[in-house]
Amino acid sequence: MERMPKWADVVLIPLISLLLAAILSALVILAIGESPVEALKLMVSGALGSTYGWGYTLYYATNFIFTGLCVAIAFHARMFNIGGEGQALLGGLGVAIVLLYIPWPHWTIALIAAIVAAGAFGAAWAAIPAYLQAKRGSHIVITTIMFNFIAAALLNWALVGPLKAPGQEPATSSFPEATHLPTLGDVFGVFGIEWSHAAPANVSFFIAILACFALWALIWRTRLGYEIRAFGHSEPAARYAGISPTRIIMIAMLISGALAGCMAINNVQGEAERLVLNAAEGAGFIGIAVALMGRSHPFGVFLAAVLFGFLYQGGAELALWMNIQRELIVVIQALVILFTGALDNMIRMPLEKLFVAAGRQPPAPDRKSTSAEGAQ
Amino acid sequence: MSTAPAIELKGISKAFGPVQANKDISIRVMPGTIHGIIGENGAGKSTLMSILYGFYKADSGEIFINGKKTDIPDSQAAINAGIGMVFQHFKLVQNFTVLENVVLGAEDSALLGPSLARARGELKRLAAEYELSVDPDALIDDIGVGMQQRVEILKALYRQADILILDEPTGVLTPAEADHLFRILENLRAEGKTIILITHKLREIIEITDTVSVMRRGEMTATVKTAETSPPELAELMVGRKVLLRVKKTPAQPGEKIVEVRDLNVVDDKGVHRVKGVSFDIRAGEILGIAGVAGNGQSELLEVLGGYEKATGSIRMRGEEIDLTGSRSDGQSRRRRGIAHVPEDRQREGLIMDFHAWENVAFGYHADPAYQSGMFMNNAAIREATAEKMKRFDVRPPDPNLSAKSFSGGNQQKIVLAREIERNPDLLLVGQPTRGVDIGAIEFIHQRIVELRDEGKAILLVSVELDEILGLADRIAVMFDGQIMGERLPGETDEKELGLLMAGITDTEREHSLAEVEAQLAHTSGRAGKEA
Repeated sequence: MERMPKWADVVLIPLISLLLAAILSALVILAIGESPVEALKLMVSGALGSTYGWGYTLYYATNFIFTGLCVAIAFHARMFNIGGEGQALLGGLGVAIVLLYIPWPHWTIALIAAIVAAGAFGAAWAAIPAYLQAKRGSHIVITTIMFNFIAAALLNWALVGPLKAPGQEPATSSFPEATHLPTLGDVFGVFGIEWSHAAPANVSFFIAILACFALWALIWRTRLGYEIRAFGHSEPAARYAGISPTRIIMIAMLISGALAGCMAINNVQGEAERLVLNAAEGAGFIGIAVALMGRSHPFGVFLAAVLFGFLYQGGAELALWMNIQRELIVVIQALVILFTGALDNMIRMPLEKLFVAAGRQPPAPDRKSTSAEGAQ
Repeated sequence: MSTAPAIELKGISKAFGPVQANKDISIRVMPGTIHGIIGENGAGKSTLMSILYGFYKADSGEIFINGKKTDIPDSQAAINAGIGMVFQHFKLVQNFTVLENVVLGAEDSALLGPSLARARGELKRLAAEYELSVDPDALIDDIGVGMQQRVEILKALYRQADILILDEPTGVLTPAEADHLFRILENLRAEGKTIILITHKLREIIEITDTVSVMRRGEMTATVKTAETSPPELAELMVGRKVLLRVKKTPAQPGEKIVEVRDLNVVDDKGVHRVKGVSFDIRAGEILGIAGVAGNGQSELLEVLGGYEKATGSIRMRGEEIDLTGSRSDGQSRRRRGIAHVPEDRQREGLIMDFHAWENVAFGYHADPAYQSGMFMNNAAIREATAEKMKRFDVRPPDPNLSAKSFSGGNQQKIVLAREIERNPDLLLVGQPTRGVDIGAIEFIHQRIVELRDEGKAILLVSVELDEILGLADRIAVMFDGQIMGERLPGETDEKELGLLMAGITDTEREHSLAEVEAQLAHTSGRAGKEA
């Protein structure tokens, strides 16, 4: 007997969490003397009310999809990759090197090259902690955190040293025109759809969606995904079945790092069109919340990423138009993370009891999205 | 005037969610008797005792201790009411001495000295009175399991328990130690103590108890005088139908030599020598049973054969050498060589509890071409294969989409067996095939193993249950401290002889006192402790 219907697990619980976070946020806004209703209206109109708003929301969402998938795949192998931030920074470095030093004739080829470079750099940055975990038992949480700092320092060095463009700023020079990615406005324009050209969302968004599908197929449909999940659920069982822990740890972390690295095609190639300091802007950490809220399922990650994109863009609007400081926006985002991630069990347990008490039989298990757990 | 019962439970009920663990249970246990509670796994025995010991609160019902209605909200209240509990898994501080463990939680004052002195005197008295001698200054780490259990009993007696509950106390003991435990229990009974013995072993119930209650699916199905019942009747009461307690089998027809193990040695990560120079052969169509107290190297032996523990020595399958180290020594390559493995701990190794039944049926064989289609896994084919296997092995409910954790222990084991046996292996490794499995399923599992043997397969059976070994094996090897102490034929040996071998005593012709057995066990356990 399963404990709870699938839909309650993947839909109801996040919604309740979100609602609680919203209520608490409303109280906070009320406490500083602003109207929560007005704030919500502003957030919605600012983030979703125009194609310009959507353009920003989806731009942020693209970042979070990549970092969310990064954390999710590691979760499936029961590893906590906190290094998404550093891996994304390194991905940016890879993108910058490839786009600056090789002349590309067209953005499509440049994009492919950038994906390869970003993935390779991100994966390489994850490979060292992964190797240390697999061979020496150094805890991946500790090593990936440390590698975030090393990545930041490395980027710092590169941007004031070898990669620095002439001028005052610690940044590379702008990438050549031919490597600039079309924005969603350009893309939709081809189909005659009106869409803002000013917002930074670009074709990387579609790459992110592709990544979701690819990761879903990998996890639930391939032998490798099966082995990763088996290892994540029980290492002794994996050993019994002849699944090599070293191999799984390495492969899962390489994929994880590559995904985080690929974020750079969005923020570095797509938006900034050059590499700047702290390019990842904390998206690597938001990825943890996104993966938790998305229950480590690629489609859940997608939805959670869009939500956090909305919070980011809506929050920026709040800071702009209301007497609500930027810091308070962070508080609201933190509340969402708190409720959807850390306090997940607070809602899950009573709800589970409720369902069990109601004695409801679960509907036939959904075959496409089999248990999206692994994030315990 | 008749005395009041030491324990009387009236209408105890307890539910966990939709599961009714205890349903309207009433028993009376008279003082100075040993009362057995028997039932299959999940029948509710442990829940009932946990209620009596204050771990759970009953949803309804009353508890009377010595005729007085008593509330037991926590274990302190249980202790105050004179109830002592000896758990299946001991609750001792490993690096404390016996004396410190006995006093722990029952210190008289902030200063330890007086308490320890009093406890020392008390232990001496108890030792003399009940044959419960232990060295008060020995570290728990350095004494054997049998001794540790005695410490648990002493802890309860030191807290003036008049009622002693023992949960599966013989699971970890050699037969000699178990006999001694029963003598202790008899002494306690003679002194007027009341004992509740929870077990799934019918033989123990018959041997020691005065009265016995049978539980099935949360209900108390019968309470009878032990003298007026028999093992078959108790088994029937437990399962609800007639069961075969011993599998029917014809003498083995051994064929060609399938597996040849020579001088196998395993040193684990901590540097402890777990398997020491083990050699044996198994022929087609025979079952080699390996008996021994848990932790004497049997697990490591299975792991080496199964491909996930490194070893030196040699294993040959049909004359061909098998890699014992390196990249070609893993579970997958062993399976390709015709070795199937039903591991000792199905929940830890044999199954992924959160995976669906069908995912578990592919487990270990997930690289099988029949389960692939192109670059993806052919989940539909696996589901189909699972449905068939579940039907053939009578797994209930036969739904491939349920997760492994939603099956009972017996049905989980059937899933593992179905997966391994249906691969048509040359050699089947079976560890503890019926641990935590209900009697009804035991019968089925034993039959399947014998059938496989009769098909001409070689089978290595590792079990801590002597009954199981004696009933199934065609040859019996006894492991102790990583070595094989001797080989016997089931028809020419008995539990007593095997019991001595399990304690590492090879000159089984001579009479041995318990003291000798204990000395031997203490010696090796201390040594193992130091090596670790």
